[in-house]
Amino acid sequence: MNIIVCVKQIPDPETPAASFKVDEAAKKVIPAQGIAPVVNPYDPQATEAALRLKDADGGGKITVISLGPDTARDAIKHALAMGADEGVLISDPAFASIDNFQTAAALAAAIEKVGDADLILMGRAAADWDMGVVPAGVGQILGLPVVTVAKGIEKDGDGLTVTRVLDDGFQTVKAPLPAIVSVSNEFGEPRYPQLRQIMMAAKKTVQVWSAADLGIDTGASVMPLEALYQPKVESNVEIIEGDTPEEKARNLAQKLRAAKLV
Amino acid sequence: MAGILVVAEKNEGEITPASFELLGAARQLADQGGGSVSALIAGSAADASTLIAHGADAAFTSAAPEDSLAEVLLPAVEAAVSQSGADIVLISMSSLGRDLGPALAFRAKSGVAMDCTALAIEGGKLRATRSCYGGNARAEHTWAGGLQIATVKAKTYDALPADGGRSGAVSAIDAIGEARIKVVGVEKATAEGVKLEDAEVVVSGGRGLGDPSGFQSLETLAGTFKQAAVGASRAACDLGWYPPSQQVGLTGKVVSPNLYIAVAISGASQHMAGMGGAKNIVAINRDADCNMVKVSRFAIIEDYKKVLPALIEEIKKLG
Ligand SMILES: Cc1cc2nc3c(=O)[nH]c(=O)nc-3n(C[C@H](O)[C@H](O)[C@H](O)COP(=O)(O)OP(=O)(O)OC[C@H]3O[C@@H](n4cnc5c(N)ncnc54)[C@H](O)[C@@H]3O)c2cc1C
Ligand SMILES: Nc1ncnc2c1ncn2[C@@H]1O[C@H](COP(=O)(O)O)[C@@H](O)[C@H]1O
Repeated sequence: MNIIVCVKQIPDPETPAASFKVDEAAKKVIPAQGIAPVVNPYDPQATEAALRLKDADGGGKITVISLGPDTARDAIKHALAMGADEGVLISDPAFASIDNFQTAAALAAAIEKVGDADLILMGRAAADWDMGVVPAGVGQILGLPVVTVAKGIEKDGDGLTVTRVLDDGFQTVKAPLPAIVSVSNEFGEPRYPQLRQIMMAAKKTVQVWSAADLGIDTGASVMPLEALYQPKVESNVEIIEGDTPEEKARNLAQKLRAAKLV
Repeated sequence: MAGILVVAEKNEGEITPASFELLGAARQLADQGGGSVSALIAGSAADASTLIAHGADAAFTSAAPEDSLAEVLLPAVEAAVSQSGADIVLISMSSLGRDLGPALAFRAKSGVAMDCTALAIEGGKLRATRSCYGGNARAEHTWAGGLQIATVKAKTYDALPADGGRSGAVSAIDAIGEARIKVVGVEKATAEGVKLEDAEVVVSGGRGLGDPSGFQSLETLAGTFKQAAVGASRAACDLGWYPPSQQVGLTGKVVSPNLYIAVAISGASQHMAGMGGAKNIVAINRDADCNMVKVSRFAIIEDYKKVLPALIEEIKKLG
């Protein structure tokens, strides 16, 4: 089974709120000092899913695609170190500030150029813009079925059986191949590459494709960003005092009663 | 502004609360922009009338099954857009809406703002505010010209009370998409008692509980209130201590109870995204500097194991 995994490099989503800064005029996030960008946390899970499917299937190739600046090579290397076979970095100054909708178009073109994919795996959302639109977008552009928020994926005859996480439980679906599946955190922990694998990954090929290589012009944004800012947080907390935990508990209960909360 | 189409949904035979919230939002926007509100539902004519009573001017029904996936419902949504002439589409940020919004947007060669927390009409156009960067930032968007599509976060808008005096046209839409993806099984989470989203009091636990047994104490604490449910942080759910259906946050449930008691939860922005609307927050945490303590109204700085039994007793006494 030939599988393509799309991975995005993003600012660390666990960046402490105090280190998170926005340049409101430029409508951009200012990279936090000393906090390196990471692979979008769902994307190693998508890579893990690809590796398990390939193993179970006993053959095929896993190609990792990332669209981003030159540093996004690290996101690809991480997937290669996990065990993926080849990488493609889509990098072009023309793509420097494209949005999720334009990204979907570029990824769709790259997926076609790689060719011959039975399955395309992505994360349920990228934890920078928290949009979760690229899987559906690539699906529409390529005319493929899209199964989102997967916690389990298995090859089933000519197709897949996927368990999805719903708002109020789980759903099992069967999908034909080729298809796009987006993976959620419920999938479980991805494997962590060992030093030896990291060194082996250095030898794997990463092609670099430009906008011209893909033959696309992503055009203007369909949904322009008008403003980006940080919400104001006020703190008015009352710390409940007491000499013992029991006394604190009693004092809290009384405060809650006074505030008509119990 | 020409008009708004609301995509309403049913779950287990009932129109979802979020659908009524969307109608409330649409009415506010229509008042600002002067257009009409239509609604689409995979349901009956009676469902359509219910939507009209709650704020729609006209409604469309689709015979697609209530639990259809986005690819099946999409053609009906497109037909409703063209028949109503709507230039704005509002969709719930539900399991279905999460798929439907982007699919519709790419088909219409336009964009969708996901999980919006505020909507406004400015100069006849939609302006949508959404949270991003895990809740650390807010983004505001407009549309370059195409269909303006937004999925709306639960509990962002209030539903309007039903007004039986309202009337409007109801029409059936036949368009239906091919089901390439087949649903072969569903396992509903069986949360006993009050649903998390409806609870007046939510008691949530995090990684700091240390082990799953901590949730038993939280269930006991919740049991001392009338309309209470137990929630969890993603860290706790990922550890397998509590089911994912009870997760609160960006990728979990949105709750807006009168009282939210956060036990051993640090208050990461992604968790806040699900409970920032709580009217009163109480934090029980060992760390006075953590974000949950900062945003709360009352906080106890202590090992939760030492406070919880006493707190349960004290609240019972007040009972
Ligand atoms: C894309 C993305 C989406 C996410 N979505 C969500 C989401 O929907 N919901 C969500 O919750 N998280 C989400 N997260 C995770 C989030 O960033 C945090 O990692 C998570 O909320 C932390 O959970 P926690 O507060 O339970 O754990 P921690 O951050 O580890 O906090 C544990 C807390 O317990 C306290 N503590 C420890 N021991 C005790 C004790 N004995 N008594 C009292 N206090 C104690 C500590 O002081 C600390 O404050 C998401 C992350 C990403 C990247
Ligand atoms: N720039 C990118 N490069 C590679 N994959 C991406 C990129 N942007 C989004 N994706 C994929 O699409 C998923 C969802 O992203 P989004 O729709 O942007 O939230 C991610 O988890 C990735 O798998």
